Amino acid sequence: MDSGDTSWVLASAALVLLMTPGLALFYGGMVRAKSVLNMMMMSFGSLALVSVLWVLYGYSMTFGTDKSKVIGDPGEYLGLKGLMDPEALSGTIPTMAFVAFQGVFAVITVALISGAIADRAKFGTWMVFVGIWVTLVYFPVAHWVWGGGWIMKDVEAIDFAGGTAVHINAGVAGLALALVLGKRIGFAKEPMRPHNLPLVMIGAGLLWFGWFGFNAGSAVAANATASVAWVNTFVATGAATLGWLLTERFRDGHATSLGAASGVVAGLVAITPACHSVSPVGAIALGALAGVLCALAVGLKYRFGYDDSLDVVGVHLVGGLVGTLAIGLLADPDAPAGASGLLAGGGASLLGKQAIGAFSVLGYSLIVTLIIGLVLEKTIGFRVTTETEVSGIDLDVHAESGYDLTPATSGAFRQQSSKAAAPTGEGAMA
Amino acid sequence: MKLVVAVIKPHMVDTVKDALQGAGVHGLTVSEANGFGRQRGHTEVYRGAEYTVDLVPKVRIEVLVEAEEAQAVADTLVQAARTGKIGDGKVWIMPVEEVIRVRTGERGTDAL
Repeated sequence: MDSGDTSWVLASAALVLLMTPGLALFYGGMVRAKSVLNMMMMSFGSLALVSVLWVLYGYSMTFGTDKSKVIGDPGEYLGLKGLMDPEALSGTIPTMAFVAFQGVFAVITVALISGAIADRAKFGTWMVFVGIWVTLVYFPVAHWVWGGGWIMKDVEAIDFAGGTAVHINAGVAGLALALVLGKRIGFAKEPMRPHNLPLVMIGAGLLWFGWFGFNAGSAVAANATASVAWVNTFVATGAATLGWLLTERFRDGHATSLGAASGVVAGLVAITPACHSVSPVGAIALGALAGVLCALAVGLKYRFGYDDSLDVVGVHLVGGLVGTLAIGLLADPDAPAGASGLLAGGGASLLGKQAIGAFSVLGYSLIVTLIIGLVLEKTIGFRVTTETEVSGIDLDVHAESGYDLTPATSGAFRQQSSKAAAPTGEGAMA
Repeated sequence: MKLVVAVIKPHMVDTVKDALQGAGVHGLTVSEANGFGRQRGHTEVYRGAEYTVDLVPKVRIEVLVEAEEAQAVADTLVQAARTGKIGDGKVWIMPVEEVIRVRTGERGTDAL
């Protein structure tokens, strides 16, 4: 056991955990004031449920003894049994530290999806979706990519910190749910302006901070690989932000704060799979490419008519694809991964492996998420009523308002136990 | 008595308030308002999606005055609120039947 490695992984796990509340702020500021709390609650709901499922059986399904390169043995570490033993190690760190680090990845992956269905999803159904999706999609896919499954062992695609398992996976799941739930009332007709851009900027800042744990922590050691990942994460994000802002400046005439926040996330997404296989200069190229392509991709939803409300597809799916595929071009043999991409004279074989990894995850996640979404929509219902959506999901579903800025209020306190006190409509049980 | 009502640009509030105080006005009410006139709205861009925002933020000022002072107060207000650019706003004068001070119950001119 190496105490330096262990302390870095534990610290990284805490950094990655902070990304989910950061995501709640990032997404929360982008919706209208009437649904800010629901938006943030979808992230907090993921935190709550996935942490429990991860400990109960998720870790074991993902990192338990491999079964046919498809899934880990779910019974092996049920409830993390046996892992309190001080001798239980993963490499140079206690397995419990590895459990912690990987658990927070599962949390944020599911939370990312919620941006596609802003303003209109029943909270109860979302929570059921979280439990089913993480079990049928995230745990298996993470096993394929990191837990000894077929993408890791047979395809040998490079995904250092989650370009396929996290971002392509969540991005295409967002597309599936946006298709299942349909467009928001007024989509592409009424203005749906972000109600609080400073909140979005704070959220982007927290995501950026936490992402150093996500990427550099994925070395699972405090070493040179972690340091390279850190620097590549740093510089790719800067280049992506520049790329996004320049695209906006030339296309729309303005460099916007939402563009800066989005460019930050696009860059972080794209460098995630690649941060130990490209050089810092390669990271600049990769980041800039992701910034430009994602800035262009967020307009696709208007052309094709799907309401991916907060651009989970445009940022996470497209950014994840850019990063995963760019490894096949930009991989530098001097980087810790030691792989050579097309531009480094390594031929097209790495690009092929990356494409197989990326599109396998994309196809699996798309199909399974569509099925889960449709079953939930047909059984317990996924979308709130029109009245709830128009008047605001916060008040009806959560019985709260995000903001009370007027000193002139009227009303009375009522006992908590009084059932009749709930001033909400049918959506209250949703 | 008359009520002088003005809908003006938000950043002109201080100038207008100072001018009205200089003209002997003892109190006024300011509220936030939104609307459009010849100025129409403006355009905002979020992730490349352009939104036209039709309603422009304005400030509504209401001043209760004696009938014979109304024209002078309105003129002062117009002078102070003018920038010469489109969107400066409107001022109008309305008749008031009665004014009562809440604290004392005084009526009419005494309540101003």
